Amino acid sequence: MSQVTRDHLLRIEDLTVNYGQLTALDGVSFSVEESSIFAVIGANGAGKSTLMRTLAGLHKPIKGRILLDGEDITSVPPHLRVARGIALVPEGRRLFPSLSVEENLLTGTYRARKGTWTLATVYEMFPWMPSRRSQRASLLSGGEQQAVAICRALLSNPRLLLIDELSLGLAPIVVRSIYSSFGSLLESGLTVLLVEQDVSQARSIASQIHCLLEGKTTLFGGPRDFTAEEIEAAYFGIAKPNLELGTL
Amino acid sequence: MNGKLDFVSRSQYSGYYLGILGTVVVVGLVALPYVVAQGFTNTLVNLFILLILANMWNVLAGYGGLVSVGQQAFIGIGAYTVLLLAQHGIEPFLAIPVAVVVGAVFAYPISWFLFRLTGGYFAIATWVVAVAAGITITGIPSLGGGTGASLPGLQSMSSVLLGAFTYWASLAVVLASLVSVYLLLRSRLGLALTAVRDNEIGARSIGVKVTRAKRIVYLISAAGCAGAGALIAISQLNVQAANVFNVQWTAYMIFAVLIGGIGSIEGPIIGSVVFIVLQQSLARFNAWYLVIVGAVAVIIAIWARGGIWGVWADRSSTKLFPVGYFLRKSSPEGDQLVTQTNK
Amino acid sequence: MSWINALIQGIFLGGLFVLFAAGLSLLFGVMEVINLAHGDIAVAAGYLAVVLIPLLHIPAIWIFIVVVPVFVVIGYVMQRLLFQPSLKSGSLTTLLVTFGLSVIIENLLLEGFSANSHSLSIGALGSGAFRITHQLSISYLSVAILLVAIATIVIIQLGLSRTNTGRIIRAVADDREAAQLIGADYRHVFGIAAGVAFGTVALAGLALSMYSQITPSAGPTYLIYGFEAVVIGGLGSLWGTLAGGIVLGVAATIGLVASANFGALAPHLVFLAILAIRPNGFFPKKALA
Repeated sequence: MSQVTRDHLLRIEDLTVNYGQLTALDGVSFSVEESSIFAVIGANGAGKSTLMRTLAGLHKPIKGRILLDGEDITSVPPHLRVARGIALVPEGRRLFPSLSVEENLLTGTYRARKGTWTLATVYEMFPWMPSRRSQRASLLSGGEQQAVAICRALLSNPRLLLIDELSLGLAPIVVRSIYSSFGSLLESGLTVLLVEQDVSQARSIASQIHCLLEGKTTLFGGPRDFTAEEIEAAYFGIAKPNLELGTL
Repeated sequence: MNGKLDFVSRSQYSGYYLGILGTVVVVGLVALPYVVAQGFTNTLVNLFILLILANMWNVLAGYGGLVSVGQQAFIGIGAYTVLLLAQHGIEPFLAIPVAVVVGAVFAYPISWFLFRLTGGYFAIATWVVAVAAGITITGIPSLGGGTGASLPGLQSMSSVLLGAFTYWASLAVVLASLVSVYLLLRSRLGLALTAVRDNEIGARSIGVKVTRAKRIVYLISAAGCAGAGALIAISQLNVQAANVFNVQWTAYMIFAVLIGGIGSIEGPIIGSVVFIVLQQSLARFNAWYLVIVGAVAVIIAIWARGGIWGVWADRSSTKLFPVGYFLRKSSPEGDQLVTQTNK
Repeated sequence: MSWINALIQGIFLGGLFVLFAAGLSLLFGVMEVINLAHGDIAVAAGYLAVVLIPLLHIPAIWIFIVVVPVFVVIGYVMQRLLFQPSLKSGSLTTLLVTFGLSVIIENLLLEGFSANSHSLSIGALGSGAFRITHQLSISYLSVAILLVAIATIVIIQLGLSRTNTGRIIRAVADDREAAQLIGADYRHVFGIAAGVAFGTVALAGLALSMYSQITPSAGPTYLIYGFEAVVIGGLGSLWGTLAGGIVLGVAATIGLVASANFGALAPHLVFLAILAIRPNGFFPKKALA
């Protein structure tokens, strides 16, 4: 149907999502290359989480399409998107509080595809995990919970891993250690789409950045294509006064 | 919004016309026993009893958010209060107001038990209370035990006169229940209840005494159901625990409210009329009528929450009992309706 | 001696209440809804057995092999078609819908079977008993019911903690949306839970119609006993439910020593008393309001 090149895993076209009476996403389009890290940045309320939730199927767009490997998945329900290879690490991690660490991880295998990720390989990536596997997930620290949430998503062997606000509420050192494990993710052929409020973090790790402001795209390209000032302007929408906003 | 809001009004039309209409209807209803056959007023007595119950359950669940399936406890208490007083020589009709008070008096300690629970657990616990009350009374031989007792004190009255008095008494209780609920919902408490219904935590945070408001509603509802129970005793001239403490009464009131429309005063009135009409017209199908009415109520509960009144009210803004508000704005062309708040 | 007898009979009677409580407890734990038609569904299962036994020519004791799977399927279908849409408009709607269902079932049974009572005759197992002493004997059936009740609790507990499906059920109970993100269709999972609950309550209905007798209006009484067992034990705790059922059974049989009327009243009084002093039950998992 569309001329998606083979190496674009995800393509969204003119995606518009309403959240209550607000337009949370307004005609956003982009493509994500396979085996790359793509970062969506933006201030609070820019529509980043709505974007991630829409990609996972939790929100229905009122307009636009989502294509995974050229196939239109816009109306596929969330639980079936997992089987197609999309896994979301939601904002706030959302581990199952009454389940143990290992049980939380195992839920990730419920609709897993074939692939390299198993309990053994995630335990290899986070060596502290096996010794705490029978603890309740709610007793872990924030960073540990984030790691479990990422591993839970990995165990479904996704092609596209969506991570919403990875660094929110975590100490910088914890964030760095989680990001340092991303190299091995890319090697396994995984594509990562992440939402990050920390712009410098996003620039250092992603090969593409996409900035949202009030649901609209304000900037996109390679992380080195722009100066910090340009990104800041796109992020807050202040440097270049936006007339549309002024009338509100 | 520009233009100033000059006054807030309850109704779209003046209370004056509503008053006239109301008076005409009430006078007509009072005169009815002189005009129609007794069979018809007997049916109306059943309608009035159902209407009282539906009205009371609607306040409880539709405004108080308390889904009770145990209101038959108070029907039973009301009926047995009349029986007990009649056994001691008190005229049954005079016992009706006493039964109403007794219902509320019993409800008070019971509410302390029940209000520890919420949602579904509250619902079944109300049922437990009703079952326990029924079994307790069955164990009292002087009240007829399990077989029941006939109501003394009315044998001397001719059946026509008794029928008429029963009708007037039911009419009086029905009007009293409607007026009290109407006034309740227009009062500060009604406002508090609406706030609680829309957002309980929010209402708490702005200082609404939620539990107190709910308890008052619970007491009022118990009092009304006890009044209905007293009327049941008088209209059947016989009181039996298996009948007055039967959960079937709660089924009737819930079905009437769901069909008519929960959360409005008009809904239970419409629902009760529809229920009685269905009951009369499906009478030859025995238990099937409850199957049909139950199925209709279930379908409405899931797919048409507002019931008949809700569907009607969505298409017009007419209200028989205006308990919401209308903002009017003064303008040279006359008053304009600006906005209206909830049902 | 009659007191000891009452105590022991009560423990076994408790088994019956536990069977009624198990499904109620499971559904509340997973969906936080209470099925007010629970007792009526049990009674319906009893009537299905009454109809099927002469048709299928199998001994009454084995009828559960047919009836239980039928009710598992009915539970799944009802969840998807009726309870799930009602959940969308809030748990109070579910309560009203299940109450309506209760009235519908009761009146359908009344139309189909009249108000007369029915029971399932199971021959020697129904009449035989272990004679402990001259005055104390325990019927085989009572023992069987208590064992089935305990087995039901153990199987549900193990199923929830040890199997993949059980893990997903708990995950859905914790966080519906997060469960969707790992590929679980929560509506399907709720359906499974409802299927299990209906299966256990069908078992309860069969046990009731073998142990005593059923009438179309018997359902609510046992719904209430089941519910009381759940609350006494503590919401969401299956082992607590087992204890709660036995407490109620003992209350009923000891009350019966005083009078028939008090036998019916005592379990409710125990429940109300416990509610007054310990509203969270004895083994609470989730706090109440």
